[in-house]
Amino acid sequence: MNDRAAADLDELESRTIYILREAFFSVAPLCMLWSMGKDSTALLWMARKAFLGKVPFPVALLDTGMELPEVYRFRDEISAAWDLDLRNEVCPPESGVDQTLPPGARAAARKTAGLRALIAREQYRGIIVGIRRDEQAIRAKERVFSRRARDGGWDVKGQPPELWDVFVSEIEDGMHLRIHPLLDWTEVDIWRYIKRESIPVVPLYFARDGRRYRSLGEKNITFPIESSAATLDEIIAELATTRAPERAGRSMDHETESAFELLRLGGYM
Amino acid sequence: MTRIVAAGHVDHGKSTIIARLLHDTGSLPDGKVDELQRASASRGVPFEWSFALDALQSERDQAVTVETTQMLLHLPQRDVLLIDAPGHREFLRNMVTGASSADAAMIVVDAAQGVAEQTLRHALFLQLLGITQAIVVVNKMDLAGYAREPFEAIRHEMAERLRSLNVRAGAFVPAVGRDGDNLLTRSSKMSWYDGKTVAEALAELRAPVPQKSAELRVMVQGVLRRGQSRTIVGRVASGVLKEGLDVSLWPSGRTAKIARIERWPDRGGDATVRAGAPVAFAIDEPYYVERGDIVSGTSGGPALVSRLRVRLLWLAGYALRPGQHLRLKVGTRTAHVELLSIERAIDVQTLRERPEGEAAHGDVIDATFRSREVIAVDDFATSPALGRFILLDGTDIVGGGTIQPETIVERTPANVVAVDHLLDRDSRAWRNGHRGAVVWLTGLPASGKSTIAMSVERRLFENGYQVYVLDGDNMRSGLCSDLTFSHSDRSENIRRVAEVAALFADAGFIVIAAFISPYRKDRDDARRAAGERFYEVHVAADVATCERRDPKGHYRKARAGEILNFSGVSDVYEEPEAPELTLDTAAQPLEESVATLLRFVEDTLAISARHGAPA
Repeated sequence: MNDRAAADLDELESRTIYILREAFFSVAPLCMLWSMGKDSTALLWMARKAFLGKVPFPVALLDTGMELPEVYRFRDEISAAWDLDLRNEVCPPESGVDQTLPPGARAAARKTAGLRALIAREQYRGIIVGIRRDEQAIRAKERVFSRRARDGGWDVKGQPPELWDVFVSEIEDGMHLRIHPLLDWTEVDIWRYIKRESIPVVPLYFARDGRRYRSLGEKNITFPIESSAATLDEIIAELATTRAPERAGRSMDHETESAFELLRLGGYM
Repeated sequence: MTRIVAAGHVDHGKSTIIARLLHDTGSLPDGKVDELQRASASRGVPFEWSFALDALQSERDQAVTVETTQMLLHLPQRDVLLIDAPGHREFLRNMVTGASSADAAMIVVDAAQGVAEQTLRHALFLQLLGITQAIVVVNKMDLAGYAREPFEAIRHEMAERLRSLNVRAGAFVPAVGRDGDNLLTRSSKMSWYDGKTVAEALAELRAPVPQKSAELRVMVQGVLRRGQSRTIVGRVASGVLKEGLDVSLWPSGRTAKIARIERWPDRGGDATVRAGAPVAFAIDEPYYVERGDIVSGTSGGPALVSRLRVRLLWLAGYALRPGQHLRLKVGTRTAHVELLSIERAIDVQTLRERPEGEAAHGDVIDATFRSREVIAVDDFATSPALGRFILLDGTDIVGGGTIQPETIVERTPANVVAVDHLLDRDSRAWRNGHRGAVVWLTGLPASGKSTIAMSVERRLFENGYQVYVLDGDNMRSGLCSDLTFSHSDRSENIRRVAEVAALFADAGFIVIAAFISPYRKDRDDARRAAGERFYEVHVAADVATCERRDPKGHYRKARAGEILNFSGVSDVYEEPEAPELTLDTAAQPLEESVATLLRFVEDTLAISARHGAPA
């Protein structure tokens, strides 16, 4: 991987802040999803920058009860230190979703159902989500302001055009927007930014006993990778040489060829 | 990082070239090739590179790119972002979405099939979206026998086409995407070619440098209130913002000083914000600032206009026609607009001009809009962020385009500072898109004054002008009901009409006054009341012609002595000596006089050029 200059990080941060402000000043009510992972935590940091220290919208966690204990500890510390308006949305139990789905997809289905319930209850018109294009080929096809139908579905083949940075915030009642301020970022951009800004992250990302989590998900369906990267610099160096995909340890992506596409069409992040 | 969109005719091999480049540069993650192998085998097709981008099931099943996608390409020289955009015309909206976020283009042409319509169409869209640099890959050279001649023919044709669109062509590269010839390394099969590889040519494309030296433009996104403090937040589109700077706020025209720039976390140091960066600041005056406002330096501000000459791409399923009401979003400002006229529409399927006044889905259109509110804009070349817009109909985006230089009739002068209680004439004119004026129609009874006045009023109103007719009917019944038709009362009548007309003109209206006004002195007084905004129009027809028309029977009654002091019969009518316009209603049909007067008013009073010519 080639070096990307600090100017590139500035440019990425500038656009993300612009998008966050466009969302806040043109979409209401608005909410941001926070998985406590590196991406949404970096995004939360940029929301603090955009609004001068205080995140002006609620921050929701879609809680399956299956996150690792370190993740819950991180949630409690950060939400207190950063004075967040945290909404812990308990997702419906696994018994409530389609039992024919493979295990990874079942967890995703629980989160999708939790999100749908949250939107229905709070009447949110905008949900800010920290997904990136380079994570997954289907996510690469996203718009920044992306419309969702009444049932939460994503009409990927009927997406309206999006020109330059002039976003369309107008939607019909009952629909909502997914707002994606991190689409342009790559995995290594996020790590470099976390280092530059000294943003706290869940310690599970750093190697212990030869293993670390590269991507955090539910404990039954996410697995650590072999790694000796125990610092931010080592993680950045590791990413410069690895060709293993970031979400290799996330089983939900790989159960069938179309697994992830079907999850997203149904309303998953 | 440079963002490069791949464009070209469907099936000329864009996705294949991108995927092969990703693979050969090690930009694809492990396991991807195996996944593509499986996806290809399950569909019973040979190994398909394009599946790396065409990730949707329907894209793979039908072997066609539907949705635009983006991927990071690790070139040996540096990283670039590649944007794949569908070539199929059904997915035009996705093509322009991909292209609008790009800095440059890679245009792919099939060596065997040559330059196709779609290639030219894409080149036209790229130019419309503001892309000025490209490279051309002549792909599938294997199907052209790896020969030099077909390559040179395509190169010649494309060079010509791109030159006419003002798109700079960086390189022309013969290649075979599927086999990787001339992508990363020079191909031995085309030893006659000694130019750049595709990778070298891509690495040389650069994103435009942010305009730090350009005039200051800040797009206001909103105002944050915390307790008593109000912080304006936005983005510096061009120029540099610093504390202590005197700035102008648009469209209000007020000036203020940047009291402080706010940052979080505040790590000290130089509080200077440059082009492209977000900004939060407070001003030293309690002025009302809102989302959509523009902050500039106190000189070199944007243009305040209510008429916009634009070039746009029409994306709605229905035809665009004059009279269509839409919302136009430029920067963070949304304005209500009405389409006044279509100057030219190119049907991009045939690349031919459509008959006048028509425009359909996918057309590239030169048009004029009128906005209900005055808005601060730049032309696209001056400031891209304030010179491009989208069009909305309800919740649907129906078009997008750029603001043309003809819109910018006048930059806002530094000395025009509009304050609430002190609106000057120019501010009103900017808001209306035209100056206020008195158009004074004088002529014999039955010469056609009222008919012309009413028709022109209607046409001007439809074209978005503030216009009002004063005539005997509405003046004599109220304000002048105490007056008779004696010589002195007729003068008094005209004096009152002239004063009212001047006030209307002051308020920004175009007043069409239709009065016989037979005495030269009265008309000269009226001219003095309205000053330079007075236009005398002689509705000229001889007495015999008017008497023949005589729709109300007045001439007959005058001849019979039932009406006294009747101009042209029992009183004089003093013809104007130097009217601004003469309408010969005896010689030409009234419709022609109406058209002549309409053209005269629009040409004289509109402050934005309506027909493309700079005013």
